[in-house]
Amino acid sequence: MEGLTLSDAEQKYYSDLFSYCDSESTKKVAAHGRVLELFRAAQLPSDVVHQIMELCGATRLGYFGRSQFYIALKLVAVAQSGFPLRVESINTVKDLPLPRFVASKNEQESRHAASYSSDSENQGSYSGVIPPPPGRGQVKKGSTSHDTVQPRTSADQQEPVSPVVSPQQSPPTSPHTWRKHSRHPSGGNSERPLAGPGPFWSPFGEAQSGSSAGDAVWSGHSPPPPQENWVSFADTPPTSTLLTMHPASVQDQTTVRTVASATTANEIRRQSSSYDDPWKITDEQRQYYVNQFKTIQPDLNGFIPGSAAKEFFTKSKLPILELSHIWELSDFDKDGALTLDEFCAAFHLVVARKNGYDLPEKLPESLMPKLIDLEDSADVGDQPGEVGYSGSPAEAPPSKSPSMPSLNQTWPELNQSSEQWETFSERSSSSQTLTQFDSNIAPADPDTAIVHPVPIRMTPSKIHMQEMELKRTGSDHTNPTSPLLVKTSDLSEENKINSSVKFASGNTVADGYSSSDSFTSDPEQIGNNVTRQRSHSGMSPDNTAPPPPPPRPQPSHSRSSSLDMNRTFSVTTDLCVHTGQQQAGVVAQPPAVPPRPQPSQAPGPVVHRPVDADGLITHTSTSPQQIPEQPNFADFSQFEVFAASNVNEEQDDEAEKHPEVLPVEKASDPASSLRVAKTDSKIEEKTAASAPVNASKGTTPLAPPPKPVRRRLKSEDELRPEVDEHTQKTGVLAAVLASQPSIPRSVGKDKKAIQASIRRNKETNTVLARLNSELQQQLKDVLEERISLEVQLEQLRPFSHL
Amino acid sequence: MGWILVTSAAVILFLQNYPLYIRSVPTENELKFHYMVHTSLDVVDEKISAMGKALVDQRELYLGLLYPTEDYKVYPRAWQRLRSPRAKSVFPNQLCRYGYVTNSKVKFVMVVDSSNTALRDNEIRSMFRKLHNSYTDVMCNPFYNPGDRIQSRAFDGMVTSMMIQVC
Repeated sequence: MEGLTLSDAEQKYYSDLFSYCDSESTKKVAAHGRVLELFRAAQLPSDVVHQIMELCGATRLGYFGRSQFYIALKLVAVAQSGFPLRVESINTVKDLPLPRFVASKNEQESRHAASYSSDSENQGSYSGVIPPPPGRGQVKKGSTSHDTVQPRTSADQQEPVSPVVSPQQSPPTSPHTWRKHSRHPSGGNSERPLAGPGPFWSPFGEAQSGSSAGDAVWSGHSPPPPQENWVSFADTPPTSTLLTMHPASVQDQTTVRTVASATTANEIRRQSSSYDDPWKITDEQRQYYVNQFKTIQPDLNGFIPGSAAKEFFTKSKLPILELSHIWELSDFDKDGALTLDEFCAAFHLVVARKNGYDLPEKLPESLMPKLIDLEDSADVGDQPGEVGYSGSPAEAPPSKSPSMPSLNQTWPELNQSSEQWETFSERSSSSQTLTQFDSNIAPADPDTAIVHPVPIRMTPSKIHMQEMELKRTGSDHTNPTSPLLVKTSDLSEENKINSSVKFASGNTVADGYSSSDSFTSDPEQIGNNVTRQRSHSGMSPDNTAPPPPPPRPQPSHSRSSSLDMNRTFSVTTDLCVHTGQQQAGVVAQPPAVPPRPQPSQAPGPVVHRPVDADGLITHTSTSPQQIPEQPNFADFSQFEVFAASNVNEEQDDEAEKHPEVLPVEKASDPASSLRVAKTDSKIEEKTAASAPVNASKGTTPLAPPPKPVRRRLKSEDELRPEVDEHTQKTGVLAAVLASQPSIPRSVGKDKKAIQASIRRNKETNTVLARLNSELQQQLKDVLEERISLEVQLEQLRPFSHL
Repeated sequence: MGWILVTSAAVILFLQNYPLYIRSVPTENELKFHYMVHTSLDVVDEKISAMGKALVDQRELYLGLLYPTEDYKVYPRAWQRLRSPRAKSVFPNQLCRYGYVTNSKVKFVMVVDSSNTALRDNEIRSMFRKLHNSYTDVMCNPFYNPGDRIQSRAFDGMVTSMMIQVC
């Protein structure tokens, strides 16, 4: 015999087979017995077998020597590949897959072969074949990449000699070959007749392709391709294969599958029609898919986002267009994410595609998410026609079975349109944006919220009293509340109750904040400011006048404070400059929820303010990093009396809730109106996007100049010397106290007044607390609006070309 | 029935005035269809700008009959008719152009030959809605880069079915 060149895989395989056949270890294999069984298992026609035996010389010798055996095996491979049996074809046929033996005994052989193929993984000649299903017990590598698919594909393309397979065969029998379970006997049966007519090898080849398609699934994790490089012995119609398969055990099936897969190496371009059979996912495949899913998304009930899926499937090196189509097919609910089922379907399609199956036009029923878990869809075999033919896109959709298209269509329609846009947007700008946004805002809020909400002092007098008290008590920072309250109550006497209440409550709120929080410094300062303001207001001859609004927050809360200051200083810009910070708050409005303190900023709302606001802002900014609100609060209280009236005026302009506060304020002392305005500005700032508020605030009339001016002056004087946070406030307070001759007077009020003022302060407190909560809510709403706007903006940005 | 001569429909999707998808029933007048669609873009833009902000409402997305015109190819007189678009005659090959814009400024323009059937407004709307839905599906595909030509088979199928219905 001519020299037989065998590849390593072949060598090993053949030797193993030889040993298998050579049970007596005689180095000679009887012509009959196992060899015959082996050849019969090769599913070659008997005449072919005889021809082989003759060619290899066994007939001559009467037995199979090793070389004869090898030659015979090679001839079997040749025959299975469809080449004519020639002696010279042994060596001329290149890249011949290993011979495939179908019968049960082939399990061993296939196992051998499998092991060979795994060993000879690197042999490129058979690299096109897909590894056998994992269930074969072969090495199941956990390689998750599609790398193995790669060499396979490339090998497939490199096999020019692979016999031509009729591409568009009717439903391939191959699926059965690699279908692990005998769950599609019907399908198999239906396919058998189909398999018959074709070239003897082609149906089997198709079967191989089907199996290879299935095997492709495990390409990632199974031993590499060479296993499949078995030449299919299936000259006989695959039906025989199938027949052998069905009754066989699982292992047999896997054997067949493996065998079948061997031929895939030969037939790369399998039929492109997608039949349900090829699309059935076996258990091993499914397990593999699930494992892959886990690598991306540990939660099996979760989704794989589109981007992750894109990366994953791009690794398979399929063209983007095909991946896009696969995605369309597999994303059943059109949500841009893959559930486990969808992912398995997509993966399965990728595998199929890599193995030469053309993609269906519609998702095969077996791959549909809800059906994918069904193991007993015995009627899968009926689907082939429905699955459609890739070659006829136009007709495929209409020709689909009504259920599938309707399924595919209803789903999208159900979930489409706005939902998809929403999911899109949600995904793109989802909670992350929101949370970030919130987190950004949140921290700022507590401070400001706490500090701000000191609305206009409803009871300037009270505040005034409190301030005076505070000052008297030497600015007891730790307990500003009580004295403030007391003072507020005192102050409130003089003002309209509602306004005063508000004011006082504002103060108390501020105080409450201060007390409730651990912002000792802030509250203190605020309290101090309040006290100071109160003292200022106390200084004003008319205690009845609403105490000036609490000082606006200092630099950190510059916005509110500045606004307030602007308001209050609207009348006297020059003064504003000085008193700015502290007095800004002071002069600022009363209880209108102080806008968010924005440190030294000239935010939008501020812009609305008149010039004085700027002055205020600058003033606040200039002030040392005091707790913004507090000094303002202090100022506020001081000027409560003044600002009250101003506030009241300004309140009318308020469009927001501030009005409810401001109007009350306005009822109070006009002197406080400025402060109210300030407060309003503060409040507006707080509400951020509440432009109307700002606008309204901006419109708040300037408080009566003289008082605020006076206060500012006072506060300026008082405040200027104070640079430290605490000292500033205390200084304000002290200054106010000092500058207000009325302080001692208010202090000297009888206890009854104090108690009354306490009550009033408490009322004010509650009112302000409520106001605060309302404003908080408002703030939240506005923030949400802003978030949604930003989301929309993001959506529109790519298209905002127009 | 003019549709023997001219079959009628063309659908073009524009993104920022760049065609994303062009599909028309093959006919010798295909190019003219394309021209018409492109010219109707101006009308669409005009309507967009006129509409101002709230373009989210689907009803507003549908721009309606943009520009009824006759096919000037058939008869030389048609040129004059072109000048007076409002002149509706029983001229065959009257082409109606419909526009639709999504809230992401993707314009759909459809030209239909009105000689086929008097397509009701609702039908046109439903067609646009389907187009929009299919377009959304395409966008959801992570493998689709916005701005690419739409090559989705599902999309093609949908459009084909639509055109079959129209023609």
